[in-house]
This record gives sequence, structure tokens and C-alpha cells, in this order.
Amino acid sequence: MSIELLLALPVMLPLGGAAVTLLLRHHARVQMWLAILTLVAIFSVALVLGYYVTQAGVLVLQIGNWTPQLGIVLVADRLTALMLLVSSFVTLAVLLYSSAQTVSENVERTPVAIYHPTYLALVAGVSMAFLAGDLFNLYVGFEVLLAASYVLLTLGGSASRIRAATTYVIVSLLSSVIFLAAVAAVYTATGTVNLAELAVRLDAIEPGTRMMLELMLLVAFAIKAAIFPLSAWLPDSYPTAPAPVTAVFAGLLTKVGIYAILRLETLLFPASQTSNLLLAAAALSLVIGILGAVAQTDLKRVLSFTLVSHMGYMLFGIGMSTQMGMAAAIYYVAHHITVQATLFLGAGLIEHRGGTTNLIKLGGLQKLAPVIAILFFIPAMNLAGIPPFSGFIGKVGLIEAGISYDRTSGWLLIAASVVTSLLTLYAIAKIWNRAFWQEPSEEIIARDVPTPRAMTAATAGMIAFSLLLTVLAGPLMDYADKAASSVLERTPYVGAVLGDEAAGELRYRIDDQGTKIDGNGQEVQE
Amino acid sequence: MPVSLALLLTAGILIACGVYLVLERTLTRIILGFVLLGNGVNLLFVVSAGRPGLPPFEGSADPEEMTDPLPFAMVLTAIVISLGITAFGMALSYRAWQLFGHDEVPDDVEDRRVLRRRRRRAEDAARLPWSQALSEESRRGALAQSQGFLAPEGEDPLGSDLTSAEDVPQDATEADEGETAAPTRRERTHRREET
Repeated sequence: MSIELLLALPVMLPLGGAAVTLLLRHHARVQMWLAILTLVAIFSVALVLGYYVTQAGVLVLQIGNWTPQLGIVLVADRLTALMLLVSSFVTLAVLLYSSAQTVSENVERTPVAIYHPTYLALVAGVSMAFLAGDLFNLYVGFEVLLAASYVLLTLGGSASRIRAATTYVIVSLLSSVIFLAAVAAVYTATGTVNLAELAVRLDAIEPGTRMMLELMLLVAFAIKAAIFPLSAWLPDSYPTAPAPVTAVFAGLLTKVGIYAILRLETLLFPASQTSNLLLAAAALSLVIGILGAVAQTDLKRVLSFTLVSHMGYMLFGIGMSTQMGMAAAIYYVAHHITVQATLFLGAGLIEHRGGTTNLIKLGGLQKLAPVIAILFFIPAMNLAGIPPFSGFIGKVGLIEAGISYDRTSGWLLIAASVVTSLLTLYAIAKIWNRAFWQEPSEEIIARDVPTPRAMTAATAGMIAFSLLLTVLAGPLMDYADKAASSVLERTPYVGAVLGDEAAGELRYRIDDQGTKIDGNGQEVQE
Repeated sequence: MPVSLALLLTAGILIACGVYLVLERTLTRIILGFVLLGNGVNLLFVVSAGRPGLPPFEGSADPEEMTDPLPFAMVLTAIVISLGITAFGMALSYRAWQLFGHDEVPDDVEDRRVLRRRRRRAEDAARLPWSQALSEESRRGALAQSQGFLAPEGEDPLGSDLTSAEDVPQDATEADEGETAAPTRRERTHRREET
């Protein structure tokens, strides 16, 4: 058995698991354990893939042995392997958390029967989007994860969830239509949807057409990644879902969008003219998102707005497209998936204990529930970028990259990211003050529900993982650095999919300083 | 590459109609709009296949004369996906109709807040001078409220919990008309029938 066959598992396992769990809908316990087992298997596959990718470079699986231009290819390079590893860990931890929650709460209200299959379908969609080697498969991956997310968001069909889902479904449908139209346009212009082949052919087509294709795809991905000004849907839809669902959405779905933007800006349209546009969008996301967070009075809404804001950090790294910036962005994505999901799990714990996430009603949780306080405090400080946590390391990496980028836009972005970091701390301090300090209301004292141990353990596991990102920051940054250089060079990816001859046809690559250079090492003037 | 003008025009008209319907307020029309949009985009794929040729069976003809099959494979996938999503959208709008008696898309939460606050200010301003109305507003701080100095939410439009998971049919678009929730459309038609 060749090692490439492993690439199909992160997609096939959850899909099969979804089918089987759906058949076992009357056996809630079996369903739960099957889902957990599936995710454990995916996590181990991701570990193995991570190991082989560091050994062998890019892994390619051609499904059905079609030629890559016609068939479906799954590709894993370092970036993909890292994304798969982090996402499979987060989905596993969240599933454990939600299983404990559904066991502890009254089961009649939550339709458990469809929760596990849908959750596994979501995981399949996310893995497929990360592994997809062609644009149309990326679209299918997006659709799978979106369709699953529609169902998860409307679990129970209560009034507030239907309301929230309406906006979410409409916005997501719109982005899908734009994406699909862009795929059609790309096929018309180039005659292929394979990413590696596109990288070769897009270099050769007219600049005007290129720009149009790039902008269409960028808009579609930016809606999914919730980049300002395409972010208004997020704070309205995410907070109404159950806490574990919100944790997965916040951690993963937006990052799939960022991943797609990263591929778009490196593999398909290297160092294009849109980099200033991206940097401007990053700055606006950072500042406007965090101002929104400061103004909120509901815990989950505050966290949703910080999510919108912190998408700007990753876009900052991608927009510079220097090696340092890209490496820091990749590290930051891994950090942010973990920390944002942990925070929403923490919010779920608070809701479980306090009965609400409204900061005006909460209070005094530090004395009443010291464990929850610790479990919320660590990721919160991590998000704000307090040393020595991984958020600090990621932000320092981005700011260093911005300094060495040394352009006006870079300096402006540095200012925006420092201000945002400070305001994040302010928003976090506000949450802390309202929810954990103050005198607790009698309602909260009276509501003495024990927190299920598995919920606490899953949150603690996520925190341990985020601390691991801090402890292993050195090797991880090294890994991210190699991932970034392979992504910027483009030849390893194209060479692995199409062969070295095609890789030789690539006209441009990006050097360490983020400038676009042609085959002779000359800078390209646009 | 030769392009069929008829197909392109049809796609354009479908997309234009789709966009018009998506800009409507009720979910059913929006879903119908997305059906049209999706069909228009699917036609773009057919356009991208180029000039029609012979059926693409291996060995039946010269590959140069065959139709490009790849766009059709993609269109088929896209059709299946849009079928599923449309079914979900219809179910969603039916559920909304069950719960609220209509399937109008709610306003943005923040927009609602800003509107309510402005309305409240305007009411205050009628009774008080502007400066006092403002200080009243600012004194109604959320911190003071959390410490129990002020009356709890309900009186304060900003303090109301807009994201609680309680199944209170709070009607966004119509609650804005006044403090008490306006009757739903179904109730209104009932009333009209009675009079």
C-alpha cells in the first residue's frame, strides 16, 4: 500500500462514519462512540501525514488514476498537513465536549440523532477543502461543510436559531454562487480547474482577465473567511448556535476561507496587484472588528467580533506575501483555530454554570466556579497576545515581518495590529470584570449545576494543545517557515502534481522579500 | 473559442432575475432567486464547454470533434448540490412561517439596536432638553446596572438580551414599530377578517 492512499482517509472516514451513524440513529451511545472513534482515526492519519510530508515533501493522490488535469487529485503539502492536524484535534475535542453536554442535559430537546452524522459530514467537508487539488473540488468541499453547518446552526429549529440561520444561509449561498461563477469563468479562460495546471496557465493569460478571475474568487473566499466589509453576517449568526457548534464554526470554517485565500494568493496569483487591497481589508477588519467587540454586552457576541477582528492578522501575513509574513500567518492560523474554539468552549462552560451569556446578568463566577475561571482566563490571555502564549509569538512574528517589509502599508498594519491587540485585552478585561468579578446574583448562586467532568476535560485538553503550540513554537515556526517557502516557490506543488517539466513552465515565483520575479530572477513590474 | 450568444444572453437574464429576487425580503423569493442564479451560472459552464460536438464516447469519433465533457460533469454536481440546498432553504422558510407567521428576513441585530436607541432618544428629546436626554442615556450604564443600582433590562433597549436562545418569538422587523411586539401577519389577517 502506498502512503498516498492515506490522503483519501480524512475525507472517506468521516463520510462513511456519517452514513453509519445515521443508520444507527436509535442507538445514541453507539453513535457517539463511533463518531469519536472516527475522529481519533482521522487525527492519527493527520499525524502520519504530517510525518511523511516532512520526509517526502508534497504527497499527491490521483483518484481512479485519471490524469491530474481531468480527474480528482488530493494534494497534501506541509501547509495542508498542519491544517489537517489542528482541525482534527479541535473537532475531536469539541465532539468530546458536546457528547458530555448532551449526556448531561435533557436529551429530548436536542435531536441527537442527526447531530453526529452532520458533525462528521462537516469534518469531511473541511478535510476535503484542505486536501482539494482542484478548484471544483474545493467548491464541493465548501458546499459539503456549508450544508452541514446549515443543519448544525438550526439544530432544534428554535425561533432565534431560525432567525440567525436565515442570514447565514443567504450569505453563504451568495458566496457559493459567486464561487461557482468564478469556477466557470476560470474554466472558460484556461480550460482546466486543476490548481497546479492553473498555476502554469494563469501566468500566461491577459492581466485584465487574470484580475477579474482573482477578484471573483477573492470575494467568494473573503465572505467565508468573514473579512471586513464582508463580515457582517458572522456576529449575527454564530452566537445563537449551541456552544460546541459555535466553537467548531469559529475555529474552523473561517480558517478554511483563509486557507483558500492563501492558496489563491500564492499558487494561482502570486504577489498580484491585490496585495494592497488585502492589506487594507486586513487593517479594517482588525480595527472595526475589535471596536465592535468592545461595544457588545453578550459574551458570545464579543467573542464573535474578536474573531472577525483577528482574521485581519492572518490576512496581514498573506497580504505581505513575504516569507516571514507567510510563515507567521501559517503559525497564527494554527494558534487561532485552537484559541478561538477554546474560548467558545469556555463560553459554553460559563453558560452551563451561569445559565446565560449576557454579561449584565453574569457575575461572581470567579468565586463560584474557579475551574471555569482558569479555563477561560488562559485562552483569553492567549487571544490578547500576552507573553508567553502562542498568540504573543504569532503577533510578534507578524510584526517582525511587517517591519522587514518596510513599506508604508506595512507600518500602518503594524500600528493597527498593536492597537487591536490592546483593545482585545480591553474587551477581555471587560468580560472578566463583568462575568467573574462583581457580586453574583442570587439566580446564579441558586443555579448550582455541576459541570460534567468531560466538558471541563475537553476544554483543558484544548488549552493543553494551545500551550503545546507555545512550548513547541521553535520547531513549529521552523515548520511554518518551510511550508511558507514551499508555498511561495510554487514549483514543489506543481512539480509533485504534474511533473517537473510542467513546473519548469511556471513563469513567476515569489522571493523572500515578497516581490514577484520571473525565471531569470528579474523583478516583474506590473 | 466560439461562444453561443443565445446561451450567454439566457444566462445573463437568469442571473439578472435571480439577483432581483434575492434582493426581496421574504425567504421564499430569495430561495427562488438562488434557483435562478444557480441555473444561470450552470449555463455559464455550458458556455465554457465551447462549440457543441459529437458525444464524448471513447473511440466513437475523433477527440477533436467531441464535446468537452468536463464542464457537464461539473454542472451535474452543481445541480445536485443546489437541489439539496434549495430543499433546505424551503424547509427553513416553512419553519420560519410556522414560528412567526411569515418568512421575512430579519434586520441586522446591530441595526435594530441603533434604530431603537435613536427612537428612544427622540422620545426623550421631546420631553427633555437634549443635554439632559443624553446624560440620562449615559447614566444608564451597563456597569451600574450589573451592580443592581438601576432597574434591570427591559427598560433599557441596549441591555436586552438579543442573542438568548429562548424561544421567544421576538419579531425584529415589526417589534421596531413600538415597544410591544406588533401582531404577526397571520394575526393581522385574522383581525381583518373579523372586522
